[in-house]
Amino acid sequence: MSYEMRRRFWATALIVAFFGLWEILCLALQVSDLVLPRPSQVFATLVDRFPVLVPHIIQTLWTTMVGFVLGVVVGVVIGAAIGVSRTAYDTAYPLLIGFSSIPKVAVVPIFVLWFGSGSVPAILTALAMCFFPIVVNIATGLATTEPELEDVLKSLGASKLDILWNVGLPRTMPFFFASLKIAVTFAFVGSVLSETVASNRGIGNVMMSASSNFDVPLVFAGLFILALLGVALYVAFSLIETRVTGWATRRQDFTAA
Amino acid sequence: MLTVSQSTKSAPPAVELSQAAVSFGRQESTVVALQETSLRIADGEFVALVGPSGCGKSTIMRLTAGLLQPTKGAVIVGGREVSAKALRIGMAFQNPTMLPWLTIERNVMLPLKIVKPFRSEYRAKKNGEFRDRVRALLADVGLDKFANHYPWQLSGGMLQRANLCRALVHEPSLLLLDEPFGALDQFTREELWGTMQSLWMKRRPTVLLITHDLKEAGFLASRICVMSARPGRIIDDSAVNFLRPRTVEMTFEHDFVALNQRLRELIIDARSETAIQGA
Ligand SMILES: Nc1ncnc2c1ncn2[C@@H]1O[C@H](COP(=O)(O)OP(=O)(O)OP(=O)(O)O)[C@@H](O)[C@H]1O
Ligand SMILES: [Mg+2]
Repeated sequence: MSYEMRRRFWATALIVAFFGLWEILCLALQVSDLVLPRPSQVFATLVDRFPVLVPHIIQTLWTTMVGFVLGVVVGVVIGAAIGVSRTAYDTAYPLLIGFSSIPKVAVVPIFVLWFGSGSVPAILTALAMCFFPIVVNIATGLATTEPELEDVLKSLGASKLDILWNVGLPRTMPFFFASLKIAVTFAFVGSVLSETVASNRGIGNVMMSASSNFDVPLVFAGLFILALLGVALYVAFSLIETRVTGWATRRQDFTAA
Repeated sequence: MLTVSQSTKSAPPAVELSQAAVSFGRQESTVVALQETSLRIADGEFVALVGPSGCGKSTIMRLTAGLLQPTKGAVIVGGREVSAKALRIGMAFQNPTMLPWLTIERNVMLPLKIVKPFRSEYRAKKNGEFRDRVRALLADVGLDKFANHYPWQLSGGMLQRANLCRALVHEPSLLLLDEPFGALDQFTREELWGTMQSLWMKRRPTVLLITHDLKEAGFLASRICVMSARPGRIIDDSAVNFLRPRTVEMTFEHDFVALNQRLRELIIDARSETAIQGA
């Protein structure tokens, strides 16, 4: 077996073992399903309630993606602005760090205050959570052009735009795509976070109302969906990343040359 | 064999530094990187610049490329005061700086995408005439089989060959080389001297080569300028008249060794001068 196949085998085995152990421990210790439902119960609930859950899944995905797309736009603009100029970078960095270190739960009530409950605060929370990693990665990517290469290009009469287009942007792509997969999971967290606080739709909201009805299997069903969606989003953007910027994975070999 | 460089020549010089000086920083903390320096390089000449570390060699090169404006004096290249925008110079450094997402062929083609008369035709010709030109150049340095490889698939010496091709592809009349072979082992370096020599003999660009290797200077240059320690100025300027093509065997002959020794002593003196001043 190749290393890759063994890795997959053991990863799958670990997941199966995790759920198996959970199931067996609940049975052996006779844990009430009001405290911790067994995976089989959660799965049954999931199948059972799936038609009702679908609109909520769509809602959560929709606010996540809108927030994410807006976050990418904002992140790219700010990242590009501070990445091309050393001064802008140094000036804006403290403010951005300050903003990024605010726990985003704290801004949800403000968004609700301004826009009422519903999709808008969810989108804005998703945006607020996901744009920062993009800013940092774009700015870093743009700021790391070798001075010698810049000299070579300038002596050919290259304009700033030429250098940005031929060197800055391609060099930034791996940073950008690496940040996308992180940003999309952040957006997802932000969106669910906002739904649990102020919304009548979305998986976050389903989990909140289920927990106040002591419908514990449904709470866990929501948790499973969140885990699955989170993984799916991450995997989707990882795949895009490896397809678009495959050259960057050989980078170590390159710098050794 | 060694003569002081001819003071006047009929053709106008390709490069002329007249009393050019460079200092960095504000009044209290100025660093003089280069003292008033004058240097004329004739069209098609191959000049090597040697001197102790930190004496301002790279500064002279950046001046000539128009990447730096002199604090005092003037720098004339191709009959005009320099600015990077108006020139189409070829440059190569110790670090080959190939772009990892492009093949060697596309890397070498990069100047054609940027330099004026070529850039407007780039789209139309990149798979035709330009590619043929790059292939021919790569064949000259023995890299024709690697045109479609990516930089990480090449060794350091091969990357440096590609780097020379990139510096030459737009047929610049002036080539500036800052320790291009500095990071290579002795044997690869000697091999590349041969490559560089034949490229130069074939195209005859004006070359300014900065190097720490006196043997390299003697092998390649038609003239060697020696600089003093920082703040630098040119303290010796001599023609090198060995027949071309030169071979590595020639570097062991008496005349060559004597030239080497003389340059070595000049640089050692220049270094100890600063040591005394610094003490
Ligand atoms: N941008 C700069 N700002 C301040 N000082 C500088 C700058 N560039 C060069 N210097 C100074 O100018 C002096 C000459 O530098 P330069 O790079 O030209 O030396 P060099 O002869 O090329 O040295 P080496 O052989 O080590 O490459 C050095 O003492 C350096 O500290
Ligand atoms: Mg230098």
